[in-house]
Amino acid sequence: MATQSKRHAVVNTALCVACGACMEVCPRGAIVVWKGTYSVVDDALCIGCGLCAKECPASVIRIEARP
Amino acid sequence: MKKSHWYNYLWIWSVVYFTMGFFHILFAWLGLISFFLPLVFAVGFGNKGFCNRYCDRGQLLRALGNQKGFSRRKDVPDWMRSKAFRYGFLAFFMAMFMNMLYMTYRVYVGTEEIQETVTLFWSIPVPWGFAYAGGAEPWVAQFAFGFYSMMLTSAILGILTMLLYKPRSWCVYCPMGTMTQLICKMKAGEKEDAPL
Repeated sequence: MATQSKRHAVVNTALCVACGACMEVCPRGAIVVWKGTYSVVDDALCIGCGLCAKECPASVIRIEARP
Repeated sequence: MKKSHWYNYLWIWSVVYFTMGFFHILFAWLGLISFFLPLVFAVGFGNKGFCNRYCDRGQLLRALGNQKGFSRRKDVPDWMRSKAFRYGFLAFFMAMFMNMLYMTYRVYVGTEEIQETVTLFWSIPVPWGFAYAGGAEPWVAQFAFGFYSMMLTSAILGILTMLLYKPRSWCVYCPMGTMTQLICKMKAGEKEDAPL
């Protein structure tokens, strides 16, 4: 099994506007908008690159250390 | 580099739409596509496929803000992403839309003369008669002027917040985005079975 990145993207779902800007820029296809409600990150695919956090217009994605 | 798809070029539609309205106002009716398609995705399929993939305005703002570098890329203020503001702006926008429909109705029944103006920010009339030489039913033209006013006003707001904040900050308070997210939330049954 491949080693996981030390960091990953975490979405504040309460404030997510579900625009999909994060999904558009994710190089790993690790983020989807779940049923048009908010973004959900596939932790196994996320490498914590931060592109989604940079793009998010509502600034509701943070790159955090994995627990 | 991500693979490019045909739908990555839909931003062109935004440019074409506003250009066409400059030459003939009746083209403004085509803006209804941007009204109905998000609702088809939300009501019919329970997703925000329009916002997520096909929105011409989102793409244009991203292209101008990111690729062309016009955006300051700052965080939007907290109040702008609050539910109170988003729902409030949706309500305001809908009220103005209804007002525009009422004006169209008044022209239809003949109690109001057609006004060949584009009204910016719901208050600033800009003479737009150059884009209309007559020929259509007055209410058809009135709706076109009203709808184009709404589309142009929201585009200017989107460009202003693109310059000040993140490129797609319009998406945070876009009335269609807010409305379709609400519909999707209702259809998804809120958070009970969310994959978190």
